[in-house]
Parts: sequence; C-alpha cells; structure tokens
Amino acid sequence: MRYLPLTDTDRAAMLEVVGAPSIDALFADVPEEARLAGPVEGLPNHASEMAVERHMTALASKNLAAGSVPFFLGAGAYRHHIPASVDHLIQRGEFLTSYTPYQPEIAQGTLQMLFEFQTQVARLYGCEVANASMYDGSTACWEAVTMARRVTRRRKALLSNGLHPHYVSVVRTMAGFTEDEVAYTPPVLSVETDIEALAAAIDDETSCVVVQYPDILGRIADLAPLAEAAHARGALFVAVVTEPVALGAIRSPGEMGADIVVGEGQSLGVGLQFGGPYLGLFATREKFVRQMPGRLCGETVDAEGKRGFVLTLSTREQHIRREKATSNICTNSGLCALAFSIHLTLLGEKGLRQLAGLNHALACAAAERLSRVPGVELVTPTFFNEFTLRLPRETRPLVRALADRGVLAGVSLGRLYPDGDGRENGLVVAVTETVTAEDIEAYASALEEVLA
Amino acid sequence: MTVNPGGWRPDAPKVEAGSTLTYTGNRALMLEEPLIFEIGTTETTGVDFSPLPFRGGVGGEQDGALRASDNPLSQSSPLKRRGPTDRLGGLHRAVPIGLPGLSEPEAVRHYTRLSRQNYAIDLGLFPLGSCTMKHNPRLNEKIARLPGFADLHPLAPIDTVQGALAVIHELGHWLVTLTGMHSVAMSPKAGAHGELCGVLAIRAALEAKGEGHRKTILVPESAHGTNPATAAFAGYSVEAIPATAEGRVDLAALEARLGPDVAGVMITNPNTCGLFERDMKAISDAVHAAGGFVYCDGANFNAIVGRVRPGDLGIDAMHINLHKTFSTPHGGGGPGAGPVVFSEALAPFAPLPFVEKTAEGTYRLVEEETVAHRHSDSFGRMTAFHGQMGMFTRALAYILSHGADGLRQVSGDAVLNANYVLRSLEDVLDAPFAAAGPCMHEALFSDKGFAEGFSTLDVAKALIDEGFHPMTVYFPLVVHGAMLVEPTETESKAALDQFIGALRRIAERARAGDLSLKAAPVEAPRRRLDETLAARRPRLVWTEPGPA
Repeated sequence: MRYLPLTDTDRAAMLEVVGAPSIDALFADVPEEARLAGPVEGLPNHASEMAVERHMTALASKNLAAGSVPFFLGAGAYRHHIPASVDHLIQRGEFLTSYTPYQPEIAQGTLQMLFEFQTQVARLYGCEVANASMYDGSTACWEAVTMARRVTRRRKALLSNGLHPHYVSVVRTMAGFTEDEVAYTPPVLSVETDIEALAAAIDDETSCVVVQYPDILGRIADLAPLAEAAHARGALFVAVVTEPVALGAIRSPGEMGADIVVGEGQSLGVGLQFGGPYLGLFATREKFVRQMPGRLCGETVDAEGKRGFVLTLSTREQHIRREKATSNICTNSGLCALAFSIHLTLLGEKGLRQLAGLNHALACAAAERLSRVPGVELVTPTFFNEFTLRLPRETRPLVRALADRGVLAGVSLGRLYPDGDGRENGLVVAVTETVTAEDIEAYASALEEVLA
Repeated sequence: MTVNPGGWRPDAPKVEAGSTLTYTGNRALMLEEPLIFEIGTTETTGVDFSPLPFRGGVGGEQDGALRASDNPLSQSSPLKRRGPTDRLGGLHRAVPIGLPGLSEPEAVRHYTRLSRQNYAIDLGLFPLGSCTMKHNPRLNEKIARLPGFADLHPLAPIDTVQGALAVIHELGHWLVTLTGMHSVAMSPKAGAHGELCGVLAIRAALEAKGEGHRKTILVPESAHGTNPATAAFAGYSVEAIPATAEGRVDLAALEARLGPDVAGVMITNPNTCGLFERDMKAISDAVHAAGGFVYCDGANFNAIVGRVRPGDLGIDAMHINLHKTFSTPHGGGGPGAGPVVFSEALAPFAPLPFVEKTAEGTYRLVEEETVAHRHSDSFGRMTAFHGQMGMFTRALAYILSHGADGLRQVSGDAVLNANYVLRSLEDVLDAPFAAAGPCMHEALFSDKGFAEGFSTLDVAKALIDEGFHPMTVYFPLVVHGAMLVEPTETESKAALDQFIGALRRIAERARAGDLSLKAAPVEAPRRRLDETLAARRPRLVWTEPGPA
C-alpha cells in the first residue's frame, strides 16, 4: 500500500496514545449494523502501479485519439496544439497540489496567476472585470442568466437559436427549477441569424438576451444592434464564446456592448479530455461586480506595504453568505485557468493573432475544398474556424462511415438536435492549426467516396 | 508595443545606504516576480507556427492560387486589413487587445517563480479540515495524459470512444459498490455541483409525486456553506436544524420540524465537527416517514470509505468529491469532480447524459435523443458534456491501486491520525467534543483558553512560519474560533509528531499572550495581507499605472 506511510509499529504506538485497542474501535460511533466486517465485497484488493497502468492503458487503447487521424470536430470543444511547457508548468507540485488560496501569505503564486488570468480574460472579452473561473462554458452561461435576473429583477431570458444546444439544455433544466422563463427555438440551416428577431422580441419583462459568438453553426454577426436593443428595454446583453481563439481575429463582445461575456476556455491550454475538466470564463462590467458569481482575486498590500493578492468580495460567496450567496460554486477550475493563462502568455497578442489567422485560413481552405464535393453545400459563408455543411443525407451515419475511413469529420447536427427538422443533414466542421493540407484532402476524398 | 511603457515595477527597490534590504528585493531562493503585464510585450511570442501548408486562396479564389497578401501570417494579412478575401464578415478585431507575451524561457521562469510562492501537499502537511488534502499519486497524472484519454473529443462517434465510456462505467460501478447505493450520476463538475444534482433530483421526484409544494430544505447549523447556497440555487428556502451539545444533529428538533412543507434534509456525515451522526438511520427514517428525502454531503467520505456504506443508512443522494476521497489534485482551487450516488427512489430522475452497458457488452451514451423514449423522468442536463473525464481516469487508477483492503486502511489510518492529533493536543487546546469519545477523520479545537486578544487567526498564521499550512479556521460556525484539523492518511507519524510539536508550542504562546504571535507570519513571501483594503477598493484587473 504505497500511498500509506504508517507502519504497524506506528499504528500500535499511536493507538496507545489515543487509548484505543484497535483502529476498528475508533469507529464506535457507527452503529454496529452499519459497519462492514471486512473489505467491501466485489472490489479487488490493492494492485501494483504496473498492474493499474496496464489496465488503464488497455482501456485507453480502445479509443481513437483525435491526433491519430484527420480530425475536424468542434461544437464547443476544440483541438489546438498546446506548447509542451504548459503541461510541464501546471504539473509543478506547488500548483498541482495546492488548495484554494485561503491563506494568501503562502498562496501568492496561485493568487498572482489568478490576477493575471482575470486581466487576460477581461481584455480578451473586451470587458472591465473577470472572475477566477467557473466549471465550464455551459454552467457559466446559466450563471450569467441568474446574474441578469439579480441585476434586472426580471425573470425572462431570450436565447438565440445559435446558442450551443447543450448550453440551452443546461439553462432550461435550471430555469425549470428556479421558475425563470426561457424563450428558445432551434436554428434552421441558414445563413440568416436570429439577431433581428431577438431584438424585436425583447420586452420590459426581459432580463437578458443570450447570443453565442461565433454561434453553433459557426456564424458570426455584428451584435452591437442587439446590445442597443437590449439596453433600450433595460435588459442585459449576454454573449457566449465557446472558441476563445476567435477573439484573436474578430471583435470582442465587450466592444459590441455586451454586459456579461461568458464562455469556454478549453481551447487554450486545457485539451479535449473527453469533455472535462474544462474552464468556464466569466466577465462583466465593473458596476455589476457585486452580483457576480465565483471567486475573485484582488490586489492589496501586506503589513510591510508590499503588493500582494487575496481572494476578495467574498461576501458574495457561499462560505460567508450561505443561502444568500450569488452562487453555490466553491471548487472551480483553478488549474485549467493556470493552463489557459500560461498558453495565452506564451502566445501573447502577436501569437494569438497569428494563431487565429492560421485557423481562419485553414478553415477557409477546407470549406472551399469540401464544398466542391458534389452534393455538399456550405451553409455559412462567414465564419471563423468552424462552418456548417449541408449534405444530401443524414450526417450521423455519414460521420460514422467517415470514421471507418479514418476521418473524424465533424459533429453531426443530428446528434446535437435529435428532433431532426432538416438539421439532421447538417454537419459542423472545425478546422484548427492542427489540420494539415493532407488532412483536408483525405477528408474530401473520403467524403466523395461515401457520397458517391 | 509594450503593455507597460513606463516600465513601472511594484517593488522597485528604494535601498538606502546601510540598508539590510537587497537591491532586487529578492531573498536568495525567495524571488520576487512582477506581473506578465510588467515584463511582457505584445510583440513577444513564445510560440512558433508552421507556415500555411498549402497553396490556396483564403477566400473565393476559384483557381486556388494564393496571393501573397492572403497569407494571414504575413504583415499585410487580411485579418489586419478589411478585405474581401476572408470570411470574417467585416468583424475584424481592429483595436489592440493588450495581451503581453513572453518567450518560452521567460514564461517558464515566470511561472516557476510564482509556483515557489505557494504551499502545497508536495511540500508538507496540509491539514485543512473538510478538504482532505491527501497525497496526489503521480501514476494518476500519467494515466490521465494517455492520448487515448486526454486527446478525445466529447462528441466523437460512440464506437471510437468505447474505452472512455468504459472508464466512466467502471468508476461509477465502484462508487456504487463503495457506497451501497443504487446508481450514480457522473456529470457533476465539483462538490457543490453534485449537491445541486442531488437536490434537483429530490425536487424532480417530489414533483413527479405531485408534491412540488414542498419548498423547504432543512440544513444543520454546522453544514458547509455550499449546502444552504445549493438549496437556495435550486429554488428552496432553507431552515437551520440545531445541534446538540455534543455536536450532532438534534434528532428531536428535526422530527418536530418535519412536515408536509419539507422536501428533505441535507446532512454531512461524518459531520463538520468530525463526528459520525450516530442517529443517521433514525434521521433518514423520520424524514422518509414525513415524505421527504435525505441528501448526504459526502465531503467527509474519506473517514468511512471501505468501512461504512451510506446506502445502509437510508441516504437518498450523496455527492462524492473525487478531489478529496479519491486523490485527484486540488490544483489551487479545482478542477474537482462531484459524482452523485442515488437510492432506487431517486435513480430515475438522474441527469443526462449517462453511460449504459448494452447486452452485447458495448457502451452507449444516453443523451437527449433517447431520453424522450426511455428516460423521460430525467431532470435534464447539468453541463455541456459528460463530466470530469480527466478526474475519472485518476480516481479509477486510485481506487484500483488501493483496492478494497487498501481503502479500508485509508479510512482507518485517516481516523487514527486525526485521533492521534486530538489526544496529543487536548491538554493545550480546547477540544469541545473530545470527552465524548473518538473523532472521525478530523480533530476540532476551539480558541477557549487563549489569552485576551489572541485568536485562532494568530495560531493559523504562526503555523505558516513553522512550515505548515494552517488548518481550516472559523469553521464549523457552531464552535467559537474553530480550528478543524484533517491530517489525512498520507501523513507519516514523524510528520504528525512535528506538526503536533509545532502546534503545541504555538498554543502555549497563545495561552500565555506572547505578543510576537500577532506578527506572524514573518517568514512567508508576504506578511499578513490587507483584506479590508482589497474589498473596499477592489482592483480585480491590472491597469496601466498613470503618471506618478
């Protein structure tokens, strides 16, 4: 039992100090009938490092790793190259095995990192302040809706049809319990967004209007008119960004008037990991900061006047405020925030813009090549690194067939929108800097074969 | 362009002749580090990109010929000028973002220096009560990074991710086995998210029975703050249940409050006073008899893992912090993972998505598409994808490493270590519930007996100078000046003896009124920080310093 330092001699000596005849005797408060007489049945006994590694490696080998084939999946999770130094640095024990920085004198490393992270996120999003992270983009989205309710004291949220359907599900699930009203209809496969319709639908009961940018089909639209329409009726404008790399190329939601910007930070530093852990980003205007959920790191000074950082404004939080807290969130995504921050620091503004440019150029090339395949139509003429194709038949089995030919071709809208209604022929294709010319050609050839 | 043209530095030395301060502000291995905004520039990057891998137009070029200006890596990139050859619809980011970059050597040094200002389990005892700061095995890190797990998209075709679904299923199976419950929801992202999952399932179950009018959740005074916050977040009103003089739920008071408006109770067991709730089964029976459900906060499961199954105590839902009991790293505040085990009564209401094993032995993921037909009671979706896969691989490796015998030893050693601390210090630190018998995995002390003007905070800060992380302080709220010590099972007797010796000496100084205690810490990278200033005038992002 390699993780347990106590020897039997230690245990005997300690039991003597404790005044108990055995370890089992220390469990005297547990009613007899609830105490197991021996090890839990069914679970094998302890195993060597080698045996565990062998078992887990066998399970890993049953998966098709993204990097082993031409890979084009996105829809809220993106495969980007992560510099080697990112993973090295987050594995330093002082980051990996530390706790939430409640004792700031011995947690300045985490706290300074969070202060830098908050600043990076705020600048990327074009906002004044950002928090120290949420679980992921989808939960951050719901938190934004609840925050808008607190700020406006209204309970109706309008969700754009371009919002990721899983995010919509999370919001609807939660709203069902909190008795918030949610208006949403799924998208049609069209170049037209619902920005104008949303602007017209905002009324005096509307707490917020929530728009994803770029949206689930990859479309990008000028959101400034919608922001104005929301503000004119006293509602908040919430923008959701699932691909932060896009903001190296296109205008930030903050610039366009967003009051709250939330999103997924996984693209930078975190990796795909089959969906988690990811990194919820949350930014807003300074005047709303006391309504914000989650931890916040702030600058202060120590007893000698040296600059230092602490968790602050914690009277919003559950450990102080209990049932009156702005959220129940406690543990968030600290280490993912660190990975994001390191990756963004390595990129810098120059690198982020280059990365965004490379993504866009490759995506444009892929869109053109794929839309030349007979029967394939590009639904979204403007996009960043992800676009939607309409194919002549249902894409779910098609994606399956392409996987058999060694191409992970995209996310079928039939999977994301199981109710069909024309969406089942849609395919969302993401193209990042990890895609090669050969990958695009392999994809196009396989698609030609499958559709022939 | 630099983001900090003035080159301002926060700790620029003002060293006068004869001063003992260093010119740099550094103290040998203790290195001061400016912010990235003060040392980076927007023209620096630590990443090189491959050039575009093909000849081809960025947009609209039918002949496929690439014009030089279409290469987005070139200076005249279409992303920098508005042009018809890209597909950004004219929404180019025109204004500077203000993101500093560092070259790789600078970045490695920046973050390495920052890391050295952190305390960590890898450095020493981290006895935060209720947080279970145990050793994080490095095998788990290696496993989680296997490309077959780490480089896997959540929406990849199901038959290309069978191994990942097997991990979720296998871990879920062991969690059910260890807790004696009926089923498990794997998607919650952390403990509080798990609490929310459990409370939502309770509410869905009540609504399904036509009892949606039950709007109150009862929570003991000693509960974690997340419990009442969660109940409120789920739309419930919260009422406190009092504790008995010996630190446990007052069963009589609870029974008196139960009624047709009560949806359920949220109970932590072992509780935050470090005690097992002896009446747990009676509590569950009473709540069930009154038509409610029992939620158990599983934050303290490390005390009983492998020895007691919550399913045998009438629990309906309990979250499990994989980042506590099952050793996944806390990472400076997450990520965690909070799977929730359910009783048979709540199982049908579990959230989407979840993994099922088919008759053929393959795995399927139940998402929205199938729910309409077969799982219509599910309360819905809590998060975008399938949960914290990166934590699942680590936790499974941990469970298999320890096995049934090892996990039983884990809880045994965790409880022994806590009792050893309790009995070794109860003569110098007031231990309010120690007389009644052994504690579970954490030892609770109060500030009773300290000299006038000396507080728990002073003791905590003095521990920092001794090279330890302080214990949890001022929690639970039911004990004045509480100090909650959870050593965990991964501490050696020698480490405990050193900690006990240090805490004994500090306690004696606090009792004697040793004023030097008020200055602690003096050896840490920073002295006590002004939290009032931080809250009164929040500075949450770096801003360019104005002219002095």
